[in-house]
Amino acid sequence: MNVLNFVQAFFSDGAHWHGYDGIPTRFLEHVRYAALALAIAAAIGLPVGLLTGHTGRGGNAIAFVANAARALPSFGLLVLAVLLIGFGLLPVMIPLVVLAVPPILVTTYEAVRTVDPAPVDAARGMGMRESRILFRVEVPVALPLILSGLRSAAIQIVSTATIAAYVSLGGLGRYIIDGLYQRNYEKVVGGATLVALLALVTLALFWAVGRLAVSPGVRRR
Amino acid sequence: MNGFFDIPSDLQHSWAGLIGLHLREALLPVAAGLLLALPLALLCNRFRWLYPPVLGVTTMLYAVPSLAFFVVLIDYTGQTELTVMIPLALYSLVVLVPAIADGVRSVPDETLSAATAMGFGPVRRYLQVQLPIAAPAIIAGLRVATASSISLVSVGALIGNQGALGNLLAAAQKYDRPELAANAVVTTAVLAILCDAALVALRRALTPWMPRSGRERTAAPREELLTKGAAR
Repeated sequence: MNVLNFVQAFFSDGAHWHGYDGIPTRFLEHVRYAALALAIAAAIGLPVGLLTGHTGRGGNAIAFVANAARALPSFGLLVLAVLLIGFGLLPVMIPLVVLAVPPILVTTYEAVRTVDPAPVDAARGMGMRESRILFRVEVPVALPLILSGLRSAAIQIVSTATIAAYVSLGGLGRYIIDGLYQRNYEKVVGGATLVALLALVTLALFWAVGRLAVSPGVRRR
Repeated sequence: MNGFFDIPSDLQHSWAGLIGLHLREALLPVAAGLLLALPLALLCNRFRWLYPPVLGVTTMLYAVPSLAFFVVLIDYTGQTELTVMIPLALYSLVVLVPAIADGVRSVPDETLSAATAMGFGPVRRYLQVQLPIAAPAIIAGLRVATASSISLVSVGALIGNQGALGNLLAAAQKYDRPELAANAVVTTAVLAILCDAALVALRRALTPWMPRSGRERTAAPREELLTKGAAR
C-alpha cells in the first residue's frame, strides 16, 4: 500500500512501455494536447497583452476578463463543451485555453507596462516607430516576465490536460481515469508521476529558453 | 420540460443544498490550509534554509493532478468529502505559504524596531504587527486559493458524487441534460466571484489605513501568485 511501490511496479511492468497504451504514446499525446493549447492561448494572450501593455490602456478590461476566466471551472467547461459540441479535440481545448489565457494576458500586459520609461522615451526620441519600440525595446526588457507568464500557463495546462482522457481522448490522463475505473491504483499513481515529471520537464524547458532568449544585459539585473 | 433548476433526485440535494455543500467542500480546505501555512511560513522565516525545500515540496504536491490524488486517498479515507478536501488543502499551501512568508518578511525593519522598542515580545510582535501589515498579501493568496478550490471541488464528482455542484456535471451526462452542466458552470463561477468579492471586502475591513478606492491595483494579488492558483 505504499505509493513508491506503486510507482516502481508501474514503471517496471514491460506492458506499460509498448503499443497504443504505452508510456511513450501517451506521453507524446499529452505533450501534443498541451503544446496545442499553449499555442492557442499564446496566440490570443500575447498580442492583446503586448498591445494593451504598450499603449497602457485597457488594464481594467484585462483584469476583468482574467478574473472572469479564472472563475470558470475547467472540469465543468469540459463537460459542458462535450455535451454541446460532442467528443473531439475542440471541447478539450476550450477549458485548457480558458485556463491559460489569464496568466499569459495579465503578465504580458504588466511586463510591457512596467518597462522603464527612460529607454522607451529615448527610442521614441531617436525616431523609432511604435512597432519597433515595442519589439526592439519593450519586449526584450519585458521578456523574463512574459516567459514566466507562459511558464505558469504551461504548467497548469500540463496538469489539467489529464481531463482529456475523461472525454475519450488519450494523454497521460488515460492512466489516471482508467486506473480509477479499473481500481488499479498502480496505474493511477504511475500516471500522476508521469504528469508531475512532465511538469518538471516544462520548468526546465522554460529555464533553458530564458537562458537562450533573454539578453544578458536584462538577465543580470 | 426539464428546467434549469430541476435537480435529479439521485443527487439527494436541492440546488441551494448543493451550493452549501460546494462552499463547505471548497472553503474548509482553504481554512485548514491557512492554519497549516501560518506556522509553516513562520518556520520558513525563522530558519531561512527551510524556505526553498518547503516551496519545492508544495510545488511538487501541486503538480499532482487532483483526480489522481483523490483516487489514491480513497484507500485511506473512502469515498467521502474528506477525500476531496485533503488534496485541496494541500494545493492551497503552494499559494499560501509564500504569500504569508513573503508578506511577513516585507514588513520594514523600522516598524519591527519600533514595536520592539515599545516593549512588544516576539509573539505579540508577530501577531499584532507583522500579520496585520502582511494582511493584504495574505488575502491576495487566499483569493487565489479560494478560486482554485471552488473550481476543483467539481472534480470530486468522478469519485462517486463527492463533487457538490460538480455532481450536476455527471448528472448532465447521465440524463443528457446540458442545461444542468450550464447550471453547474455558471453557479460555480458566480460562487467564485462572490467569494472573491467577500475577501476584497475583508481586506478593506482589516486594513483601514490603506486607500479605500481608486487604484486597487497596488493591493491586487501578485500575478506570480495568481498564476500558481487558478483551476485545474
